[in-house]
Amino acid sequence: MAATTTVPSASPITGSRSFLRKLREGDEIARLITFLFAVSTVLVTLLLIIELWRDSALARHKFGLQFFFTRVWDPIAEQFGALPFIYGTLVTATVSLVIAVPLGIGAAIFLAELAPARLSDSLEFFIDLLAAVPSVIYGLLGVFIVVPLMRDYAQPALKKTLGFLPLFSGPAYGVGFLTAGIVLAIMVIPYIISVSREVLMSVPRDQREAALSLGATRWESTWKVVVPFARTGITGSIFLALARALGETMAVTMVIGNTPTISASLFSPGYSIAAVIANEFTEATGDLYLSALIELGLVLFLLTFLLNGLARLLIVITSQRGGGTAHA
Amino acid sequence: MSPRLRWRKFVSGFMLTMTGVCALVAVSVLFFILGYLVYHGGTSINWSFFTKLPRPVGESGGGMANAIVGSAKMLLVASLLGVPIGFLGAIYLAEFSSSKVAFVVRYAADLLNGVPSIVIGIFAYGLVVLPFKHFSTLAGGFALGLMMIPITLRSTEDFLLAVPRALREAAMALGASKWKTIATVIVPAAYRGILTAVLLAFARVAGETAPLLFTALGNRFWSPGWNQPTASLPVAIFNYAVSPYEDWHRQAWAAGLVLLGLILVINIVARAVLARGIAVPRA
Amino acid sequence: MKRIVGASVVILTLSIMAAVLVHAALSINGAGATFPYPVYSKWFDEYQKKNSQVQINYQSIGSGGGIKQVTEGTVDFGASDGPMNDEQLKAFQDKHGFGILHFPTVMGAVVPTYNVPGVTSALNFTPDALAGIFLGRITKWNDPAIAGTNKGVNLPAADIVVVHRSDGSGTTYCWTDYLSKVSDEWKTKVGKGTSVNWPVGLGGKGNEGVTGQIKNAPNSIGYVELIYAVSNNIPYGSVKNSSGSFIKADLASVSAAAAAVAKTMPDDFRVSITNPPGETAYPIATFTWLLIPEKFSDSAKRDAIKGFVNWMLVDGQNYAEALSYAKLPNEVIAKEKKALGKIQ
Repeated sequence: MAATTTVPSASPITGSRSFLRKLREGDEIARLITFLFAVSTVLVTLLLIIELWRDSALARHKFGLQFFFTRVWDPIAEQFGALPFIYGTLVTATVSLVIAVPLGIGAAIFLAELAPARLSDSLEFFIDLLAAVPSVIYGLLGVFIVVPLMRDYAQPALKKTLGFLPLFSGPAYGVGFLTAGIVLAIMVIPYIISVSREVLMSVPRDQREAALSLGATRWESTWKVVVPFARTGITGSIFLALARALGETMAVTMVIGNTPTISASLFSPGYSIAAVIANEFTEATGDLYLSALIELGLVLFLLTFLLNGLARLLIVITSQRGGGTAHA
Repeated sequence: MSPRLRWRKFVSGFMLTMTGVCALVAVSVLFFILGYLVYHGGTSINWSFFTKLPRPVGESGGGMANAIVGSAKMLLVASLLGVPIGFLGAIYLAEFSSSKVAFVVRYAADLLNGVPSIVIGIFAYGLVVLPFKHFSTLAGGFALGLMMIPITLRSTEDFLLAVPRALREAAMALGASKWKTIATVIVPAAYRGILTAVLLAFARVAGETAPLLFTALGNRFWSPGWNQPTASLPVAIFNYAVSPYEDWHRQAWAAGLVLLGLILVINIVARAVLARGIAVPRA
Repeated sequence: MKRIVGASVVILTLSIMAAVLVHAALSINGAGATFPYPVYSKWFDEYQKKNSQVQINYQSIGSGGGIKQVTEGTVDFGASDGPMNDEQLKAFQDKHGFGILHFPTVMGAVVPTYNVPGVTSALNFTPDALAGIFLGRITKWNDPAIAGTNKGVNLPAADIVVVHRSDGSGTTYCWTDYLSKVSDEWKTKVGKGTSVNWPVGLGGKGNEGVTGQIKNAPNSIGYVELIYAVSNNIPYGSVKNSSGSFIKADLASVSAAAAAVAKTMPDDFRVSITNPPGETAYPIATFTWLLIPEKFSDSAKRDAIKGFVNWMLVDGQNYAEALSYAKLPNEVIAKEKKALGKIQ
């Protein structure tokens, strides 16, 4: 008779025995704890969106879509319209991009294509430091340096030469859309430079070399081949910069003039969404007033959310195409 | 050389020089800012700036001692909120999570990162100030902490993921449980990057003003405990800069120098930490 | 090494916490008007020196902010130079179940202050001129409405830069209250309030911000509390009062403005003294009030605030004139002392 010996089977450890073992070993606890912390991020973000939505309900129901097209902001008559603030936010952001994009892309091209690696890295280091300067310091410099410069030199000069354009008409206050745009431009240049530099560096060498071998000059190879290749990523960097410019509060409120005006002139004082919230939030007596301000905050949030999402998408697309290591 | 080629070469040289000019302009702005701050702030900094409380309006003298301490307290609260959530959350994302959960968490973090700081202030006002009926250090610290979370989370996750698989597998092959691996192998391997992430997040929120406007409010005196309004450096700069008093302007410059100096030092230290090499080369 | 670092971090944190917790002073928070901020900051500073256990932290965020935050309950008292209207009083009552009281502290003047290169003297402004400037109807400094009352002054043909408040302000309330009384056009087009829909101009934050803007912008005009113009050495104008005289704001003319109302002060102390009768009265003056809730759940806070108000009505008044605020009339002081009993 053959004795059947039972070989202890290497049965897979499943079910409650495995859970208990993992528990004893601390893994499940670790997983649970870290899960809770990770999920709290999601919870707090959700809570923020819900709060914004709920607290703006009063204004949303009262004004509906008209909110975006009304120019009047009258706390006494309880008439609230977002148009002057949206206008101011968009105008200052546009001015800042008009200045920052050419400068930024130019600098990025220099750093990526021309500068020797060590120079490029050390300049990049300084530019990253520029990105770390807080908004209120830019505001400080804006108030004491840029505003007087604008009022005493730049704006009169512009008026003399280009004053026939409605863009540069009106009295020179020193504060206004143009000044705010300039200060914002300084704030967003580092973002454009650092992201553009990375995507430009991730363009494969053979693209450049192919162009050069066909007889293109250095500049032509850069401008006509490399930059278009990195175009999506560069656009992404512009969107990132735009998102930053839209959400800026302190530097803008210190130099924009704080008046809800819509004017074709860049010399005119204006207001931005972030600035009006900062100035009027603590004193918004009346629920409708507060709700209108929060609705403005919601609008700003949605704008920056869309832009950030687009930016990230574009940057990811470029880096995948280029096969480089650009950060998403 | 044909004229057309000469022209193209000229354009090439010219445009490339222009890009150099652009880079020079961008970098010189930084030195200009620093220079101005050092000049104006340096002449205004004196011992009383660091040790005295503000004087009544219109009187000169006085300092920002309470603003400096107030900022420090709020940053402490912010770190207590932001660092654990960012750090432990990143561990979850890198080590434990499934891709679906990870996607949601990362998305939420990116969203939170993009929220304008003034909107964070609105949120903190509704969540902390109104229920407790107090403007407070806690509320200000909470708002700042919220801003620290996404920065710490994403950066830490990147550095944890960069630790090579080989290390993980070696530890597990030796019988270590998952959490032991994380605690004793992976985190130490990535610690430089994590430290950098925390420092950069800290520097970022140290300068934030907007969220403090309706959470910490301000205080002419020392802020006792954690549940009272408190002065802070960025808000003090803002208030003093737009005022008409020369003495306050001087103090604003001094405060600006101190704040910017602190932020730049932290940034440089963070980058130096990273540059000395991640403990293990990236995969 | 790591242990030492870790331990020292813990010790440092604990000692910071201890240091700031040791400060066991009673902390009272108030917020509101920028109008009286110079004298309030002086008062609270002096009071704290005499009563080191009580620390009254006042933040000047504007009268609108004062009303709002005291209603929300986030500060212990508010301050405003625009008295709370019935709606706001009702809102407070509904929210808390008890009312809120106004306590006048000082009187001040709102002056038209300007920065016109070459003009250092006090310009004369008629009510019409002021309304016209702030409505945007009068746009140049050498407009007849201004030049007519300022013969001999060299006014430039420059654009007027109007500066107003960007935040909710009792100073604005007083200014617009006056303009509504003297100009029907202003009354219908803009009205009075702490925050109005300004036809023209730049916004500055607080009296401080407006003063700062005017100091820096040539050809500008704005309205600020008297002390802000005086302490910053900017010229301010005289205004034509209801009797037809051009009066410059000072202690005497402001006190004269309150003279008529001192004897007939209503019980809740809410009264407007703009454009008053009186030959020597300055037309744009106002009381400024502390907004104190009727009930306090914390008896220590209640006693401290009552103690402060009592001090303010006697010793505090002596600091006012040095800062160009007028003392309260004696009848008002007596009435307030009695009204303090209402706070429980």
